[in-house]
Amino acid sequence: MTTPLRTRPTQSPAADGPSGTPLSSARLPRFFSLAFGVGIALAAGLAHLAVGISWTPLVLLGWLLFLVSLVAISRIVEGRRRSVDRLTATLITGAFLLALLPLVTLLWTVVSNGAPVLSPTFFTSSMRNVLGPGGGIYHAAVGTLLVTGMAAVMSVPVGLLTAIYLVEYGNGSIARVVTFLVDVMTGIPSIVAGLFAYALFVLFSGAGVRMGFGGSVALSLLMVPLVVRSSEEMIKLVPNELREAAYALGVPKWRTIVKVVLPTALAGIVTGVTIAIARVIGETAPLLIICGTTDSSNFDLFNGRMATLPVFIYNSYKTPTFPPEFSINRAWGAALVLTLIIMALNVVARLVSHFFSPKSKA
Amino acid sequence: MAKSIDVSDLNIYYGDFLAVEGVTVPIAARSVTAFIGPSGCGKSSFLRSLNRMHEVIPGAYVKGKICIDGRDLYDSDIDPVQVRRQIGMVFQRPNPFPTMSISENVLAGVRLNAKRMNKASSHELVERSLTSANLWNEVKDRLNRPGSSLSGGQQQRLCIARAIAVEPQVLLMDEPCSALDPISTSAVEDLIQDLKEDYTIVIVTHNMQQAARVSDTTAFFNLAGVGEPGKLVEYGPTTKIFSNPDNPATEAYISGRFG
Repeated sequence: MTTPLRTRPTQSPAADGPSGTPLSSARLPRFFSLAFGVGIALAAGLAHLAVGISWTPLVLLGWLLFLVSLVAISRIVEGRRRSVDRLTATLITGAFLLALLPLVTLLWTVVSNGAPVLSPTFFTSSMRNVLGPGGGIYHAAVGTLLVTGMAAVMSVPVGLLTAIYLVEYGNGSIARVVTFLVDVMTGIPSIVAGLFAYALFVLFSGAGVRMGFGGSVALSLLMVPLVVRSSEEMIKLVPNELREAAYALGVPKWRTIVKVVLPTALAGIVTGVTIAIARVIGETAPLLIICGTTDSSNFDLFNGRMATLPVFIYNSYKTPTFPPEFSINRAWGAALVLTLIIMALNVVARLVSHFFSPKSKA
Repeated sequence: MAKSIDVSDLNIYYGDFLAVEGVTVPIAARSVTAFIGPSGCGKSSFLRSLNRMHEVIPGAYVKGKICIDGRDLYDSDIDPVQVRRQIGMVFQRPNPFPTMSISENVLAGVRLNAKRMNKASSHELVERSLTSANLWNEVKDRLNRPGSSLSGGQQQRLCIARAIAVEPQVLLMDEPCSALDPISTSAVEDLIQDLKEDYTIVIVTHNMQQAARVSDTTAFFNLAGVGEPGKLVEYGPTTKIFSNPDNPATEAYISGRFG
């Protein structure tokens, strides 16, 4: 005789297991939680329209009502274990939605405010001699790319070589000290990095110095620890067997690192570098100090003030031209462009890790 | 091109810990020498010390003499990289380079050492090495596929092809079949029989039938207890070790009565 194992409620009496406990039990229909939640949301909407209760207490009340009654119904119908399951699942989903809320709102605000501003002129003109309508972010966008690009050029080699040292060569106290310092650097406030860069270039160029390269130095101070950390983790992930395989073929250590370890870890390293760039490209405070701001295009990293997108946004809000709405709209447009650049960097990181990672299936 | 190895009074250390003590053994050219013994008795450490892979582990070092052609491998003026070019190694788990294709894996030893090779001769080397590793017929149509796309047994033979592509004098094998199924094991064992025409082969194995099948000489390692160093108990022709060993411990081990 076969014992049917049921998980859905049926008309026949529950089949019994060997010890006499039922193997099937009553269950709420599938998607009950979802349907119930939608029902409560609709009721809340009606209450808002009919009685005019404001949204904030309504959402809180509805959420509480939903949680309590769902767990109670589940407890009565399905028993204790499944009601606890529903409670935790609902709490987790709620936390997820709560976390998603600011993200979606932020993106929506930036896109809805910034999108109308975007136009060919916005990308191709600077703010030189612009008062009121018109003008654009050409000078700031190029400045951001130059400053961040220079920061990447400086910090990627330093960070990568440090990571190689830590994993492949470093042992004992020096490696521990370096790891500790990198950890400390990860926590440096960006304004401190900006002040450091300013103080450094005051030594060479005197007080009041402003130059794009100083901004690159400040950003690379913030970037190096990120690159070290991510590259170190990626290089550590390369199995030791691959290194031994290369050694056993009579390959010297440095060549093993260059030809075996780094290619194997390449995808992760590139992803880490891209994320580090995305992280520092939006920094405002250090660039405010050392790069300053200007309305004109200046593409010489080593001479004079240089506009960047974050500082441009800040200044458009802080010191708008008259009437202010044009400046403020330009700030939203610049914010959207900055977000898009960061998003594009993340997409690039995804693509790189897809195409460069070691393939197991061809 | 095969060479014999003479080991005399070798001690192997991990930091302060003496792992293997007082090994003296000659390893004949163009033959298969098998190391057997319980886990932790130092077979693998000893094998790794034969091509100076042992010292890759931090804190590990060796005292004693390992002579090949009358040169002590542990002389201060010997370059370990040069030693490893002459004494190749196949590991317990197949470890093809994941970023390289099948043919690039075979050529890895040559390419990574920055030797220039034209297309024809490199293709010839790929074909010759894969043929000696009994793998050519299975992969000749997909040489550009990643090495990790092969099955475990094929990957292990690919690693053997990679090791013999640099034409070493000696080939060390550290339990090459322990991760393989019986069919792949049989392929690798056939391969060992073919390879001993040209190479000196040293193999560590936990499988005593395998040692009996493939080896000409067998060395039995044992350790007196936990924390004690491993020692070479007995070595001799495989037929003698497996039928009439001198040492009662050897007999207990190979007959499965080992406690």
